[in-house]
Amino acid sequence: MKKSVFLGTLVATTVLSGAVFAATLDDVKARGELLCGANTGLTGFAAPDANGEYQGFDAALCKAVAAAVLGDPTKVKFVPLTGETRFTALSSGEVDLLVRNSTWTYSRDSDLKFDFVAVNYYDGQGFMVKKELGVASAKELDGATVCIQTGTTTELNLADFFKSNNITYTPVTVVDDTEAANQYIAGACDAYTTDASGLAATRATLADAENHIILPEIISKEPLGPVVRHGDNNWGDIVRWTYYSLLIAEEKGITKANLEEVAASTTDPETRRLLGLEGEMGVMMGLDNNWAKNAIAVSGNYGEIFEANLGTSTPIGLARGLNALWTQGGLQYAPPVR
Amino acid sequence: MAMVSDAPKGNFRLSMLIYDTRYRSITIQVIVLGLFIAFVAWLLMNLQANLAAKDKDISYNFLFNRAGYDIDQQLIPYTNDSTHGRALFVGLFNTLAVSIAACFAATLIGVTAGVLRLSKNWIVGRLMTVYVEVFRNVPLLLWILLAFSIFAQVMPEPKDFKVTQEMVDQGLEPPVQKIFFDSIAITNRGTNVPAPVLDRPLGSFLVLDVPINLSVLAAIAVILGSFWVNSRIRASAKAIQEDTGFRPVTWWKSLLVLIVPITALLLALGFHWEIPAFAVGENGVSKGFNFVGGISLAHSFTALFLALSIYHGTYIAEAVRAGILAISRGQTEAAYALGMRPNRTMNLIILPQALRVIVPPLISQYLNITKNSTLGMAISYLDLKGTLGGITLNQTGRELECMLLMMLIYLFLSLTISVGMNIFNNSVKLKER
Ligand SMILES: N[C@@H](CCC(=O)N[C@@H](CS)C(=O)NCC(=O)O)C(=O)O
Repeated sequence: MKKSVFLGTLVATTVLSGAVFAATLDDVKARGELLCGANTGLTGFAAPDANGEYQGFDAALCKAVAAAVLGDPTKVKFVPLTGETRFTALSSGEVDLLVRNSTWTYSRDSDLKFDFVAVNYYDGQGFMVKKELGVASAKELDGATVCIQTGTTTELNLADFFKSNNITYTPVTVVDDTEAANQYIAGACDAYTTDASGLAATRATLADAENHIILPEIISKEPLGPVVRHGDNNWGDIVRWTYYSLLIAEEKGITKANLEEVAASTTDPETRRLLGLEGEMGVMMGLDNNWAKNAIAVSGNYGEIFEANLGTSTPIGLARGLNALWTQGGLQYAPPVR
Repeated sequence: MAMVSDAPKGNFRLSMLIYDTRYRSITIQVIVLGLFIAFVAWLLMNLQANLAAKDKDISYNFLFNRAGYDIDQQLIPYTNDSTHGRALFVGLFNTLAVSIAACFAATLIGVTAGVLRLSKNWIVGRLMTVYVEVFRNVPLLLWILLAFSIFAQVMPEPKDFKVTQEMVDQGLEPPVQKIFFDSIAITNRGTNVPAPVLDRPLGSFLVLDVPINLSVLAAIAVILGSFWVNSRIRASAKAIQEDTGFRPVTWWKSLLVLIVPITALLLALGFHWEIPAFAVGENGVSKGFNFVGGISLAHSFTALFLALSIYHGTYIAEAVRAGILAISRGQTEAAYALGMRPNRTMNLIILPQALRVIVPPLISQYLNITKNSTLGMAISYLDLKGTLGGITLNQTGRELECMLLMMLIYLFLSLTISVGMNIFNNSVKLKER
């Protein structure tokens, strides 16, 4: 008897611990809070502001998901993760979602058992150097010392780039962007390399930004996007479509300011479906029908979020480039809501 | 014996397993063992179920795949085309390098400080007390970070050593010069020291893909040979002294034997030092980003080494002090009565006996140094934790495999040190005849 109780408990515990990851949506609802893996601090993407609240391009997506799922954009807890810790944190269930400048790669998708549900920023790897070095191209960096964040794709690209150009370098491995910036400023490395967007963001926080340049070479493709665990497809859909709802909003000209007005007056069937005025779109994913409306209400559409955090009016000053809507020559394209 | 024969010779009943003292302890042990096995089984089942739930398996194949990343300090040849397995060894050797160096330095510092702390000289004694108390009572990690940031913040940048066009035009010198006869440059990146180079090396061969340098082997053989010959010279001098009471003068023979052969070998191989320097373009302007030539020791190594040796030196100092205090005062007095001077008393009478007390805590300090070298991750020292447990783990996503392998390797290292030191301990401990 005792033995069977013992074995029973064993099996139950094992099954339970195995099943923990199955339904992220239920977990989030039960918890009443979304756990979002974020940067330790990269201005423009995700960094705590003066009140300790996370703000930025990636942070806005987390808030939009929280609004879509829980109806409240403040119900999100940002978990700061380094390049090294982020994937372990996601796969162990420490976070529900990872939005941390993470590049979609084949092995992360297949071997690490993750799903990249969308690309919220099309990027590539670049180099930043001090102007006084007089370097105009990354190919002139032979023999240089380069700061590089460990656990990233950029670490591998860097090795490949120098190898294929037949030049050498000394790596200085750092764990996060802050340390990299410190080492770079202190002159412990001649160049800092990471995603070009990250470089622009880091450069904007330097006291003497005008003395630093980002070299013209872009040495890799870095499609950055939100990541979820492999296997929970509904949760993946929720994150993907929350992101797309922001894109479609931009396409349809729905902004934070005119959201209520559009909702009250629109006759466009797709807009009506998106905003939950028609059909049962949200229910299909286990959400409220006004999920997308809630998401857009947080910080507006994709274009607004981009301009507010990274755009040309901010110190970071990134142009939309590849991240313009497909209608404007960019790559951002959302499938129809139907 | 008496108890067993006195015990009642009744039939064995199940309850006796609990109430009979003869069986109880066995019963308890069996139960504990059973529980332990069940616990391990539960852990394994849990692991298997969770891995299955995540659709992952356990596989060490990644060790044979291309690593793809670079390591700044390597004792065996390594490029980003090498395998993860090779990176593991690069890391392991870096762990060993810093641990062994720190063990030596900590012992030196510790023995000196321990002896001096008992010094009759008030200032020296107090100074050592301050050293021990200050360094022992601040966490090691902070010392590592402090040492690293001092190097990184205080030392000049490499570019400060460069000669620019203006300097050439105005006949000026760069703001910073190399030290030690213009041979060593300490920058905020690392310490550049001269490298020994041979013009006519003996070549090398590969053992398990690791090149074995014949010139180094030859030099070691010559040095060992010289020492052996020297010990023969001294032994014969001693024999003569014992026979005749007169010790022949041997110092010049020793000197000759120790110095001439190795010098001859080095000359034959064309030995010289390669001084680190900037590449120089036409009209003397320095080019490039870093010193070239020589050996560049990254500050992560130096800082970790310094912090480990100074911190663990305090514990060794305390062990040494305790060992010396454990030797009865009578020994010193007896030595003085025989006319021995304090120095010789310490070296010949006290320390050898104190070793018996000192060695066991010393073992645990060596183990601690090896294990604490993993703290180097705070300053990006690419040791075993940095390669296998850091970059490899991250790039392959094989957390479990890397962690298990790493724990196994550290366990193996620790056990090896333990065994080695215990053999040494047995050789110095009091032999009761
Ligand atoms: N996209 C690359 C690099 C990601 C990465 O580490 N980016 C840096 C700079 S763009 C970052 O987010 N740093 C902020 C931090 O360390 O918190 C990857 O996914 O491996």
